[in-house]
Amino acid sequence: MTTSVNHAAEIERQLLGFVEKHTKKTWTPDDDFFAAGAVSSMFAMQLVVFIESTFDVEVSGDDLVIDNFRTVGAMTSLVSRLRGE
Amino acid sequence: MNHRIGVLGAGVMGAAIATLAIGHGVPVVLVDVDDETLAKARKEVRQQLKLARLMGKLPRTGEAELVTTTDYADLADVTSVIEAVTEKPELKAKVLAEVSGVVKPGTVIVSNTSAIPVDEMADSVARPEDLCAIHFMNPPYLIRAVEVIRGPRTGDETMSKVTDLLAALDRDGVVVGDGPGFVINRILQRSINEAARIVEEGRATPEAVDAAFEGCLGHRTGPLATADLIGLDNVVDSLRVLHERTGDRGYEPCDLLVAKVAAGDFGRKTGRGFYEHGGAL
Repeated sequence: MTTSVNHAAEIERQLLGFVEKHTKKTWTPDDDFFAAGAVSSMFAMQLVVFIESTFDVEVSGDDLVIDNFRTVGAMTSLVSRLRGE
Repeated sequence: MNHRIGVLGAGVMGAAIATLAIGHGVPVVLVDVDDETLAKARKEVRQQLKLARLMGKLPRTGEAELVTTTDYADLADVTSVIEAVTEKPELKAKVLAEVSGVVKPGTVIVSNTSAIPVDEMADSVARPEDLCAIHFMNPPYLIRAVEVIRGPRTGDETMSKVTDLLAALDRDGVVVGDGPGFVINRILQRSINEAARIVEEGRATPEAVDAAFEGCLGHRTGPLATADLIGLDNVVDSLRVLHERTGDRGYEPCDLLVAKVAAGDFGRKTGRGFYEHGGAL
């Protein structure tokens, strides 16, 4: 875990990289890849696993809602909040 | 009734059935032969709970206890047992006989078989009236409907307990009669085999086969994407069960399916089958 991961921009960069690698498409932080039909519901779980392992956070309880994972922007906010930033 | 379920086999289905149960507040004793498989299953259950909650398919909090063990004796006080070991008739017979000797009379024994007739498995248990089959779909914590199979020797009391169990698990049972493949797999496995044979003959790509079923017929998932989700190893095992019991060559697993299984390409669970899957889940 490098200190640069603490910054929202770096979190966003890593999340965009992960999503683009798995969907083989380019996205902006505001694009809803579930609404676009680009991914299956199983992908949401891969996002949770990626977020937990990469940013050393635990996503649970009321945070486990699909709206937190629809866009890279929403995930960045979630990670920042869980890291207490 | 306070349910407590024993689940035999911590593979794809066993772990996922454990997720479904504990997610609905029903405690589970999960049994497998080695600790490594059980440790992996514990991790999978934890992730699947998150997935199901994320999808709004399980209550968001309050799961029941999951006990993992290699010892059948830990099943002594369960109210029902769900067998989910590999689809090999000899293995199921052995496991069912063993568990039948451990649980109290009146404890429902359910097989999550894909295709083996209930009445055939009934020969392996001490009390055939306590046995029936529930064919859970994969993943069971996301798909509400299950195929419930009543064998000719299954008792009324067992059927009523199964109804109660499915209510506790918030599943909808479709009750059908006994026979190789029951309803779903008698039809589905033949379709998958035929779809694979079409690909083998070079008449269509997997994408084209599935696109035709999805686009033209409105199926949510085509036969080959479905096969990847089920696991091609399980598809081949089920086809053999069907072929041996019906003598119908339409169920003889085609070369392409057998080759993929021999190469270790089981579908979604290994990352590759008819399709490439990003990250095994």
